Amino acid sequence: MAQSEQEILDGLAEIVNEETGLDTTSVELDKSFTDDLDIDSLSMMTIVVNAEEKFGVRIPDDEVKNLKTVRDAVTFIGGAQS
Amino acid sequence: MGILEGKKLLVTGVLMDSSIAFHVAKLAQQEGAEVILTSFGRTMKITKAIARRLPTAPEVLELDVANREDLDSLAERAREHVDRLDGVLHSIGFAPPGAFDFMEGTWEDVSTTLHISAYSLKSLAAAALPLMPEGGSVVGLTFDAKFAWPVYDWMGVAKAAFESTNRYLARDLGPKGVRCNLVAAGPIRTTAARSIPGFEQFEEVWDRRAPLGWDVGDPVPAARACAALLSDWFPATTGEIVHVDGGVHAMGQ
Ligand SMILES: NC(=O)c1ccc[n+]([C@@H]2O[C@H](COP(=O)([O-])OP(=O)(O)OC[C@H]3O[C@@H](n4cnc5c(N)ncnc54)[C@H](O)[C@@H]3O)[C@@H](O)[C@H]2O)c1
Repeated sequence: MAQSEQEILDGLAEIVNEETGLDTTSVELDKSFTDDLDIDSLSMMTIVVNAEEKFGVRIPDDEVKNLKTVRDAVTFIGGAQS
Repeated sequence: MGILEGKKLLVTGVLMDSSIAFHVAKLAQQEGAEVILTSFGRTMKITKAIARRLPTAPEVLELDVANREDLDSLAERAREHVDRLDGVLHSIGFAPPGAFDFMEGTWEDVSTTLHISAYSLKSLAAAALPLMPEGGSVVGLTFDAKFAWPVYDWMGVAKAAFESTNRYLARDLGPKGVRCNLVAAGPIRTTAARSIPGFEQFEEVWDRRAPLGWDVGDPVPAARACAALLSDWFPATTGEIVHVDGGVHAMGQ
């Protein structure tokens, strides 16, 4: 079942918060995972695995390097759901 | 009946569902084995989530192969879940980025690589030994160390040490009924493989040279060989390396 962009963003923000302790409001669409949110590769893997479960999608390992911003992730997840 | 019916196995190295160890654990469960996993530190959370994708979600024990306390307490902690072990999978490798530059790699880079990727086979086998009083099977994963490869560098040297460690283990554990064997897998796109700068160069070698062909996206052939070596179907084989590489090891240039 496809979710709205806002629903995906909120869900993703919760996952990021759980992994990093960052405030959910700081997880904005134009933020870069590495440069703005300071998320390292191991945290990114944890976020990806949790997002796969939460949103019921597959995020192939090869795709992860293309998910530079929060928007990239939200768009990918939305596309994979539909 | 599955070839691992009733076996109790300790499987290290499950990180993602691309991990070779994930596919060994999956096959082992399908073939009738009871499986316990290990993970460590920050990867523990990932392993636990990935473990839920197996047919049955196994226990996950903490084990950093460089941590003495983790090793010393392993048998005791495993005993809370199983009364014995019939087999152990070593599916662990790590090298700092500096190790992938042969002429520049420092001893610090190299010693870490050797510790985690070679010496750990002995450490893990010794730690599990108290749970294998009637013998068992230790299986590890190597990348053919007979050759100097592009980019593999000090990890290649560590694999040569790993292969030698396997032979000495076979010598010392044989009298205790413990078989020690390795699977030399062709290149597979896992997290560890992706961390090797220039890994694509292997893919090209295998495309060109494997008489059976080779799929870098398929960990199952290597996992099947591990399951077979963990089973009773190689009862008189130890100190061996089984190549699961599409035949590349047997070809001339
Ligand atoms: N992928 C390949 O192309 C290939 C080919 C031949 C052999 N291998 C070997 O297969 C084995 C498994 O690797 P993979 O390719 O499945 O990658 P992977 O990244 O999925 O697995 C490597 C594992 O090593 C574990 N590890 C690292 N440091 C550790 C430590 N200190 N203590 C405990 N565990 C530690 C990681 O947590 C991870 O689970 C490795 O020995 C690797 O060298 C891989």
